[in-house]
Amino acid sequence: MMAAFAVSGLCKRYPHFALQEVTLSLTEGEVMGLVGVNGAGKTTLLRLLTGIAAADAGSVEVLGHRLPQAQVTAKREIGFASEDMRLYRSQSLDWHIAMMRRIYPGWDDAYAASLVHRFDLRPQQTLGGYSHGQRVKALLLLCLARRPRLLLLDEPTTGLDPVARAEVLEALADVLRDERRSVLFSSHNSHDVEQLADRIAFLHGGRLIAHADKERFLDDWRRLLCLGSVPPALSSWPELAQVRHAGSQVEVKVRRWSEDLPARLSAAGLSVQRVDPMSLEDIFVTSVRAGGVA
Amino acid sequence: MYQQIVDQITARVMAGDWLPGQALPSIRELAADSGVSVITVKRAYEELERAGLIATRQGKGSVVAEQPEQARALLVDALTQSLAAAVAHATRLGLTRPALHARLEQVLDASETPATHHEGPKS
Repeated sequence: MMAAFAVSGLCKRYPHFALQEVTLSLTEGEVMGLVGVNGAGKTTLLRLLTGIAAADAGSVEVLGHRLPQAQVTAKREIGFASEDMRLYRSQSLDWHIAMMRRIYPGWDDAYAASLVHRFDLRPQQTLGGYSHGQRVKALLLLCLARRPRLLLLDEPTTGLDPVARAEVLEALADVLRDERRSVLFSSHNSHDVEQLADRIAFLHGGRLIAHADKERFLDDWRRLLCLGSVPPALSSWPELAQVRHAGSQVEVKVRRWSEDLPARLSAAGLSVQRVDPMSLEDIFVTSVRAGGVA
Repeated sequence: MYQQIVDQITARVMAGDWLPGQALPSIRELAADSGVSVITVKRAYEELERAGLIATRQGKGSVVAEQPEQARALLVDALTQSLAAAVAHATRLGLTRPALHARLEQVLDASETPATHHEGPKS
């Protein structure tokens, strides 16, 4: 099966930030969620994949096309939407749609019309009068209706109210019906990633600290509630990401869960009372606090 | 997250919305319809297959398994787990056996479910 994208040893240096040695790929038909705090390198990675920025080292291949050499061909099949893209405020959505139709031969009018309806947008109104959420949805519509094979979306749900966010997520979920289309989206809303992504890539300080199948990634982590006193040797157990205690209750967050852990903890003096799965949000915060080791 | 999908499908099979032998939506369809990732639905189908509630035929997709007693077996499992959890709580509270039995009777009286009328307490 073809890779939607594959990057290897990717580096990009800016004066105050460097993306370092990122090697990552996505199988066609899958959705990857890119998580990380502000400044982790999410936007840089997306820009390198669109060909807007050029890598200092490493290779970038998108839908089988090597960048920057085959940039022009690759760009035809990439749809990129990011917050800092500007639409013409004095023109209407219909005007923008007509322009896109002229540029892109694959433009799908029926799909565009259904998205106008789903996103509850007024096509004749000039975009200067649109709210932030409406502009985000308009931009996404212009990107989706081209039916690009690889969608690169930088923070598609940031700043949206809950209704608009649900509309956008439903539109993205619909993209999955076609198994030849792939999506890479960044978000600091880990709920969106937890819901939509097949794979998770976790960036921190310009490095890729984890990438995995989402269900397997979630499976690795657990939150344990224990009773007892914390044995001093516990801080050297590599599978534990965080140990906190309040009175006789000890909370342990585990990054590599195994069935024999409760017995080993019990032997060390901690009796495990509860074992719960963790949300991606909790995993994310725990990893960042543990110094970016997932 | 896949547990939610497992629960939804189990509920629909047990309610008779989906009958034995009936085809389930494809993984991609169900993912798009419920707005969750393909991998989540895939994982849910794997769990349901392991539990015997659905069967997957190579290249033909998944169908509801022919043995409806599997759905019942899942419920029995869930009951066993809940009872074990109740016993664990009782132990921590230091409740005696008769005290736990009395608490169970209270809950049964309060809930007025058919179980209080049809079946006596079996272990």
